Amino acid sequence: MADETLAGTWYEMVAAALKRHKVDLVTYVPDNVLRPLIDLVHADPYFTAFAVAREEEGLGINAGAWMGGRRGILLMQTSGFATLANSLASLPVPYQIPTLMLVSERGTLGEFNIGQQMVARTMRPVLDTLLIESPTITRIDELEFILDRAMTQAWATQSPCCFILSPLLTGGKVFAA
Amino acid sequence: MALPANQPASRDQAKVMNRFDITKRMVALLRHEEAVIGGIGYTNFDLWAVGHRAQNFYMLGSMGLAVPIGLGVALAQPGRKVIALEGDGSILMQLGSLATVAARAPKNFCVVIMDNGAYQITGGQKALTAEGADVVAIARACGLRQSVWAADEGAFEELIALSLKEDGPWLIGCRIDSEKPKDTTERDPPIIKDRFMRGLGVK
Repeated sequence: MADETLAGTWYEMVAAALKRHKVDLVTYVPDNVLRPLIDLVHADPYFTAFAVAREEEGLGINAGAWMGGRRGILLMQTSGFATLANSLASLPVPYQIPTLMLVSERGTLGEFNIGQQMVARTMRPVLDTLLIESPTITRIDELEFILDRAMTQAWATQSPCCFILSPLLTGGKVFAA
Repeated sequence: MALPANQPASRDQAKVMNRFDITKRMVALLRHEEAVIGGIGYTNFDLWAVGHRAQNFYMLGSMGLAVPIGLGVALAQPGRKVIALEGDGSILMQLGSLATVAARAPKNFCVVIMDNGAYQITGGQKALTAEGADVVAIARACGLRQSVWAADEGAFEELIALSLKEDGPWLIGCRIDSEKPKDTTERDPPIIKDRFMRGLGVK
């Protein structure tokens, strides 16, 4: 839609990009960094947004929705992505379903939880091994270009795509001493 | 909600039926291109064995995701009835999905649980359903009020017909025996997806 604001914060730009690509189903497991995006999609009647009990569920819901003609995205944090390897390897990848994922990256650039630091190291090897496109977004001036191009590519190639939002973009979660 | 009078109060009181037989009875009641999601293993093997329909989706892996996939289809196509067939071992992996279905409350969605109390495909090891877990009771506690055990084949057909006519979500628990499936699903994921999407009118 032409009148959508393209300026503003990263989360406004993500929501606008989802609208441009007719992605109106948002499943998520909550995350503090993603909170403004989650709040935004809940407040906007264009989106159907709800929390699921596990990330795998959201992946299954979005895969089913895609096959039924509706586009969805799953929002989660790095540790949540770590629960997905089997589902990715046996559902969207072999069935060629372009399900979208968006991860707020933890474990780096000031992480305070060693568990997050360790599990974060499993994310890119899993994505690379499964040949899943996974652009890391660090700059707001590149955000729109990456989202638009990668979503277009996902639909065209019938391949899943995972956006990794760096703390350089979002500010991340900072240590409260 | 007009549930059948013949309602077992618990898993122990439901008749042990046969998976192929009740899958066949269910498919025979489908008249409006209803979507059916077959969970991994024997659940979708017998769905395939009954005879392929364009609106059938067969999982190959992603254990536990028949209910989420079915919910996704139901949310995408609210005008079409959707049935998810899932095994007891599989649903035990993804019990949270029952709460998600209850919260979304899709009127066009029905979950059928095939409960033989075992992980039959891996050698018949006992599942927690054989040690006291009652999936129908769990579903009710998750907020799925229209959750019932099928007393026998007649009651099963009555419940399926009801779920196709009345608003859901529904959950029908079926105790089944450990007979092997009648066939094996063709393992070709992109073709399974393509046929399913065409069957749903998306392609």
